[in-house]
Amino acid sequence: MIDVNKKQFHGNEADGIVRDSLRVNSKDIPRKDFITLAIESSCDESSASILRGERNLLSNVISSQIAIHKQYGGVVPEIASRHHLENINKVVEMAMDEAGVSWDDIDLIGVTHGPGLSGALVIGVSAAKAYSTALNIPIVAVNHMHGHIAAAYSAYPELTPPFISLVVSGGHTNIVKVNDYTDFEVLGETRDDAIGEAYDKVARVLGLGYPGGPKIDELAKQGDGKAVDFKRTWLEKGSYDFSFSGIKTGVLNYVNTEKQAGRTIKIEDVAASFQEAVVEVVVTKAMEAIEKENMNKLVMAGGVAANSRLTEVMSKKCAEQNIEFYKPPMIMCTDNAGMIAIAAYHKYFNQGADSLDFDVLPGLEI
Amino acid sequence: MKEFEKVFKTESEVADFGREIGRNCSPGTVYALIGDLGTGKTTLTKYIAEGLGVEESITSPTFNIVKSYYSGRIPLHHFDVYRLGSSDEFFDIGGEEYLEGNGVCVIEWADLISDVLPDSAKIIEISWPSDAKVDERIYRCSF
Repeated sequence: MIDVNKKQFHGNEADGIVRDSLRVNSKDIPRKDFITLAIESSCDESSASILRGERNLLSNVISSQIAIHKQYGGVVPEIASRHHLENINKVVEMAMDEAGVSWDDIDLIGVTHGPGLSGALVIGVSAAKAYSTALNIPIVAVNHMHGHIAAAYSAYPELTPPFISLVVSGGHTNIVKVNDYTDFEVLGETRDDAIGEAYDKVARVLGLGYPGGPKIDELAKQGDGKAVDFKRTWLEKGSYDFSFSGIKTGVLNYVNTEKQAGRTIKIEDVAASFQEAVVEVVVTKAMEAIEKENMNKLVMAGGVAANSRLTEVMSKKCAEQNIEFYKPPMIMCTDNAGMIAIAAYHKYFNQGADSLDFDVLPGLEI
Repeated sequence: MKEFEKVFKTESEVADFGREIGRNCSPGTVYALIGDLGTGKTTLTKYIAEGLGVEESITSPTFNIVKSYYSGRIPLHHFDVYRLGSSDEFFDIGGEEYLEGNGVCVIEWADLISDVLPDSAKIIEISWPSDAKVDERIYRCSF
């Protein structure tokens, strides 16, 4: 296990790694036939994927989306690392079976090494290092967030940087300027709750259960988004940062006040009004970033990209301003190894392989 | 162990209390925070971090379960165990390594894993007065 008492190295310090390409000839393979195996275990999901060339995903196996326990004897995922341990080799095996490749075909292994939960990350990283060592295949450590940003490439063969990426997920809310495949600039991030956390907490207040995002989205369709005027948190003028903990408290106070006054709450209206407030802030800041950075493409990423209202408003604004709007299919928005494979491919061809002594970095930043 | 109760009328009173904890706490201390959504568990943690001299901003650990900060005078491990189904899962994610380490652990929703907390854990129970003003909080502490 990792030593929790010491800071693991972070961010750009990783560039100090001595890179060591194990298979010297890997780069001689035509890039369109280059095969990458990727492994992802940063949080709840164990996943493995096979990528051919730059964007062609031959398989993308995600533990929660399959009846893994029937065919391969694994378990349904939960947060526990133990479950990753039971699943990881099985998802790799399934990904290779589905893609019809053998170990001899694999030119590169990519693995998520952060950010995430250390006990979960370490399972994927250990498995990837073991495969790399035993089979003499080069390895690259991939930033999970770079993976989210790369997800759209698989669905849009014509999409190339630069663009603005809006990464919205359970644990993250970022506006990122993507200058090139491996060159990222964070323009804005959350200062407290991530957008997904805000949805989950409001869902708890409304008694809807976990995960809250899809439930609020569904309820909101039957509600009036103007019914309650929840305060939007804009922060300082010109800032692309977010703060969502205030609106959580706002919803809580509203519900408590109404209850104390003996009034009935229409939860559809509360859900719709909360969603309207959050979407307005996110879309407004993303559009401001596009304008200021003089970009013409917006790429959505992360699990909250599934939110129907966010997609509706964001795509409409983009259409009005003549901005190209990209949203990967749902499977590529959730945590998956396919996106890690694409990011691994680009990292390898830009920066080379990593040596085997890289660490898991639970607090890794974009 | 002594038990005491404090009523804080404003967030700045909470800030003073949190910073003082951060300045004075010693390695290996576990703070168990108990209180409903919106009572200010993460807010208190922010001020403890300030007192410790943590430079980064403290963001919610709800999705990630734990976030660690190493820029203060001792490491800070900030947990939100709400998403864990049981104390077993706390062990499965390596929780005891944090508890037994030389950092300070601040655990939100600690009542959900009360059976695995060390006896020495300092408990802070946060609630609203019955006729609550927006910012007013009652802290029941067992230190």
